Amino acid sequence: MNSSISFQTIRFFTLVLIQVLICNQINFLGYINPYIYILFIILYPTKNNRALFIFLSFLLGLTIDLFLDSGGIHAAASVFIAYARPILLRSAFGVQYENYAVKFNTIEFGSKLTYITFLTLIHHIILFSLEIFSISKIILVFQKTLFSSIFTILLCTLITIIFSRKTK
Amino acid sequence: MQQIINFIIRNKTFLLFLLLFSVSILFTIQSHSYHKSKFINSANFLTGGVYNTVNNISVYFDLKSQNQILSEENNRLKSLLYNSENKNDSTYIDSVSFNAQYRFTSANIIRNSYTAADNILLVNKGKNDSIKQDFGVITSKGILGIINETSNNYATVISILNTTNSISAKLKKTNHFGSLTWNAKDPSIAQLVDIAKIARIEIGDTIVTSGLSSIFPKNIPVGTVEEFKLDDAENYYEIEVKLFNDMTSVEHVYIIENIDAKEITNLLNPN
Repeated sequence: MNSSISFQTIRFFTLVLIQVLICNQINFLGYINPYIYILFIILYPTKNNRALFIFLSFLLGLTIDLFLDSGGIHAAASVFIAYARPILLRSAFGVQYENYAVKFNTIEFGSKLTYITFLTLIHHIILFSLEIFSISKIILVFQKTLFSSIFTILLCTLITIIFSRKTK
Repeated sequence: MQQIINFIIRNKTFLLFLLLFSVSILFTIQSHSYHKSKFINSANFLTGGVYNTVNNISVYFDLKSQNQILSEENNRLKSLLYNSENKNDSTYIDSVSFNAQYRFTSANIIRNSYTAADNILLVNKGKNDSIKQDFGVITSKGILGIINETSNNYATVISILNTTNSISAKLKKTNHFGSLTWNAKDPSIAQLVDIAKIARIEIGDTIVTSGLSSIFPKNIPVGTVEEFKLDDAENYYEIEVKLFNDMTSVEHVYIIENIDAKEITNLLNPN
């Protein structure tokens, strides 16, 4: 149990640092950045204290906001996907989730990809609509959501594949 | 009473979610109104310190190009100095000259940002260097932004690439003025709106600051006219301005303090 807590803490800080120091400097094609810090929310153990999990997600988003001077947009998006996660888990993994048997290292690739995709899309759509904050620029919101999502999903999937081998 | 407590216990996750979500929305709304982002800003010792450490390393990677820019500026200033015919109307008065209206402080950008809709930069000067809110920030090539929050050693700058920002600028040729805004699309193009229809504009005209706002001196270069059209009501021009500054690569900046700013605001708002 203790090792799990310290593992999550290390993951929290590593992801924050990677996000603000590397991923936000990429600016691919001018404005496309991956938001890989949501891996913390994606990979958080499914058997958890939900209130604590939502609070941690809020803290994660707020830390990112603090670094990026973006008000509360990352906090809002993170809290939302943390709250919506059980619904997505159920739709992606079905019975496996009901029995608390979801282990992110062992699940099959297809359902993992759907799960990551939906979580990322929801996160990015909230993030960018709050960032741009104007209905007249809705096309820009969708454009940013689409391109950044592709980048995020690709990176998150790669990272989960690369690091799942070691922990086996 | 019992039922209320039961309700709270039953829905505690949902209520927590609602609380945290509304707190973040509140922060977001605050950050969208000018000069209101009080709590969440990167000008504190933790984030400022992290960015400073990283910047100390990354600054080496483009030393060459930044030196090039600085030497170009030196070149320009030298030619200005030796070719000037005792013009007294120049606003680029150095702080050493007596009775100067503007005081310049040089600083380094330690965090740049140009991809978001509301871009905020971080510089390594703060209250200890007597930097305060509403000081202007320029580079050798042109205008950059306005100081927003300050901590002891760091300050955040609202970039001109920020949808909440609006700076008074004018056409150099005809002196018609308008406000410089940004539509969040291209980091090399800003928009100049509210230029009266009567103005004669041509593509390639230079845009400079108007000096009407007490933040920036007159005639700081902004950019050139790339494209212009009348707005929907056909009363004002909307001009696409190609910025002189490459906003994606800024390093050395100057912070401008208008020493008379207080006097001017007092005069304009007697209360």
